[in-house]
Amino acid sequence: MTWDIAAILAMDGLANGAVYLLAGLGLVLVFSVTRVVFVPFGDVAAFSALSLAAFETGRTPPTIGLVATLAALAVITEVVSLVRRGAARRIPRAVLLWGLLPLVPCALAWLAARAGVPAPLHVASAVLLVVPIAPLLARVVFQPIADASVLVLLIVSLALHFLLSGLGLLFFGPEGSRTQPLASGTLQLGGGYTVSGQVVLMVASALVLSALFFLVFERTIAGKALRATAVNRIGARLVGIRPARTALLAYGCASLLGGLIGVLIAPVTTMYYDSGFIIGLKAFVAAIIGGLVSYPGTAIGALAVGLVESFASFWSGALKDAIVFSLLIPVLLLRSYVLPHVDAAEAEIDT
Amino acid sequence: MSARARLALLALVVAAFALAPLFAGRFTVSLLNDIGIGALVALGLVLLTGVGGATSFGQAAFVGIGAYATAWLTTAHDLSPWLGLLLALALSGLSALAIGAVTLRLGGHFLPLSTIAWGLSIAILFGNLESLGRHSGIPNVPPLRIGPWSLVDPRAVYYVVWILAGAACLFAHNLLDSRPGRAMRSLRGGSTLLASVGADAVRVRLVLFILAALLAGLAGWLYAHKNRFVSPSPFDVRASIEYLLMAVAGGLGQLSGAIVGSAVVLLMKNELQNVLPLLSQRAAQIESVVFAVLFIALLHFARAGVMGYVARWWRARRAAAPPPAPDRAVLDAPPLPRRALPPRGTRLLEVDGATKRFGGLVAVNDVSFSVDAGEIVGLIGPNGAGKSTMFNLLTCTLPMTAGRVRFLGDDIGGRSQRDVARLGLARTFQHVKLRPQMSLLDNVALGAYGRTGAGVLRAGLRLDREEERRVLGEAWRQLERIGLAARAHEAAGSLPLGTQRILEIARALAADPVLLVLDEPAAGLRRQEKDALGELLKRLQAEGVTILIVEHDMDFVMKLVDRLVVMNFGQKLVEGSPAAVRADPRVQDAYLGAVA
Repeated sequence: MTWDIAAILAMDGLANGAVYLLAGLGLVLVFSVTRVVFVPFGDVAAFSALSLAAFETGRTPPTIGLVATLAALAVITEVVSLVRRGAARRIPRAVLLWGLLPLVPCALAWLAARAGVPAPLHVASAVLLVVPIAPLLARVVFQPIADASVLVLLIVSLALHFLLSGLGLLFFGPEGSRTQPLASGTLQLGGGYTVSGQVVLMVASALVLSALFFLVFERTIAGKALRATAVNRIGARLVGIRPARTALLAYGCASLLGGLIGVLIAPVTTMYYDSGFIIGLKAFVAAIIGGLVSYPGTAIGALAVGLVESFASFWSGALKDAIVFSLLIPVLLLRSYVLPHVDAAEAEIDT
Repeated sequence: MSARARLALLALVVAAFALAPLFAGRFTVSLLNDIGIGALVALGLVLLTGVGGATSFGQAAFVGIGAYATAWLTTAHDLSPWLGLLLALALSGLSALAIGAVTLRLGGHFLPLSTIAWGLSIAILFGNLESLGRHSGIPNVPPLRIGPWSLVDPRAVYYVVWILAGAACLFAHNLLDSRPGRAMRSLRGGSTLLASVGADAVRVRLVLFILAALLAGLAGWLYAHKNRFVSPSPFDVRASIEYLLMAVAGGLGQLSGAIVGSAVVLLMKNELQNVLPLLSQRAAQIESVVFAVLFIALLHFARAGVMGYVARWWRARRAAAPPPAPDRAVLDAPPLPRRALPPRGTRLLEVDGATKRFGGLVAVNDVSFSVDAGEIVGLIGPNGAGKSTMFNLLTCTLPMTAGRVRFLGDDIGGRSQRDVARLGLARTFQHVKLRPQMSLLDNVALGAYGRTGAGVLRAGLRLDREEERRVLGEAWRQLERIGLAARAHEAAGSLPLGTQRILEIARALAADPVLLVLDEPAAGLRRQEKDALGELLKRLQAEGVTILIVEHDMDFVMKLVDRLVVMNFGQKLVEGSPAAVRADPRVQDAYLGAVA
């Protein structure tokens, strides 16, 4: 390996790391607020990438059907739960919130799919289109069992990934697609090195978004509510925060991050209906490096995963994923000896 | 059900299984073989998830390791499939040991998450190794041979599959009803509970994880020689989820859930594969969606699984039956060897300058006191005095910042809670830690864990019965001692809180302790219960047990103890006889507030 190749690989690793950073932030956010390890995160990213690809080939993205189906399911869940609680008069509001609100991005996407719409609008509506997915899934699947053990939630979450990837195959088909670069051109660095505009865009968005993330968490009341729920659900409820609502906010943010990842990564990798899973899992590796709770730890982890991946792909393209996952072993070993074991409440799964 | 009826039912089931291939068609027998292989994997998950409270999304990877190990050995090296079995078990066991050793200490979701990554990596590896045939796999795996017979026909393999599945179920059943089994069933009570009886939760869980992997490896070995072909795709994460679905559908709470779940899932899959192509051209894609929806619905509405409902129905019916009488063989078994108790007056526990800081907060500050053999000593103080922290320091549940604790002359600072328990310091918990689903007898028998030695293999093969009878006899005697022998077979969760506290004392006594340390045993007890508890403790003292009691209830302690240590604001305030302490103005100030 020469220095030139190493520089190119490092640049690639940085771009990958940027993606894992965004995904890791979303995962840690959802986990800390809801205790759900949100495995379908990567699927959301894949859906936004495939939606953008559909726009570019002049088709209406099939994601619209998916979102509409989920919205219908959410309305049914909500109405049933309202009727059971004897709060039937709140049904119209529920229909508006769960049924119609998610259809707004669908309508936008439908309009954007017509001929003559400029490319930036395609990108924006592809991202917006997937934003309702995670909150809707949360309402239908996770909210009814919010008090179940972490283990049950994790199993449900993994099953949900297989559901979504099955639906992805039905809606998008088995073909992969790659989209137009969002940023064209290259950036000249000193010493004859160049960086493609897309890589610059990926790294810059990761930096800007994480800064934004930080600001929202530190400075806004919604961000503080998220943090409070993460620290102590019951305590948060006592001061008037509704955990179910905060959870939806977390899922919404995660979905938005997923959508952004999708459109950022689609021009550099060919995306298939199930490509999201591996992206999500690598972000998990990053999040686990941060102990699933620390944002700065996740950022370091994301960078490490990105770099290991790009250098591993130089040695063996086929085995690079296996190499990235085996990165977990030294990390976990270190954690198990450095950090004292916490005897959390053990999981109960029966009945 | 009487023992005879149970035996008759078992014989009927065995006969049905034995005769099935004679009546069933070739396809049905093949399906039954798949069910048996699936049941082996699901059985491992029932043990790991249902009993141990951990889970694995990588079981299919262990199946794959077993299958590839034997396929490679029998094709590339022309060795016997029986050597393949050894390699399959060795590799799946060793990889489980490695993964478990790295992740189990971390607890919670680290094991399941790592097993996803592990499952993916193994599938990638299978698909890319030249020697394993890359994505096309290994064809022409030889069939099993027993002497001159080559088991090519599915009907012949059927007996191997189901004898192994039956043996595995029997092994698991025996195991759960034994010393290591009680520890496994207590895993969800937390590692502090296990440490208090001298067991290591991480180790117990690791053993369960390895056992589950071995069952999966065995299933993989059968798979390879039954299908005579291996390729990477049946061993990916999706397949792991399917095994987990089997275990959940059948019921994680019952061993039989593994077989029932495997049957339900595979029959349904078979049915879906028949029906879906008639409805849609994209049958395979819809199948996976249907499975995922069913799995999620199952976890939402019927988490107990099929056998969970059967068991509940069965319990409701049996509730009316009279409780079983104690087994004579158990009562007549020779008692477990007892520790030699130190003579009355020997110094048992010596706390010297114990200090504990949590950051800037000094919870315990330079406290010294001692307990001699044969005494009842009370450690009292108002709320927030540092009693519970002191308790945790001397049971080694928390590490000390400074100072020294000697137990039987040994410095136990820095020792693990488990070691201290094995030295003869038994404890109870302020927040009762019993296993509500386990019987009173089993809960108490768990206390004798540190005095006995039966391991997994001995327990599974029922070579531990001699020792087991002695353990149960000990548990009976302890239950009699506290007056609960009549309810020995009831679930501990059905007892009122006060009685549960007393049951914890019986569990501590089953460890044959030198020193019994009780954490607020009178909390939540009614007056009569308190009197009964006081009498019990007095009786224990007369029998030579030394007791240190951390308590809040002044009245209760005053009547009971020989000596009192009073703490306030983390420091020792006074030490002396109950009468002297009662008269001490400083104690009155601490409890009632100083008169300004």
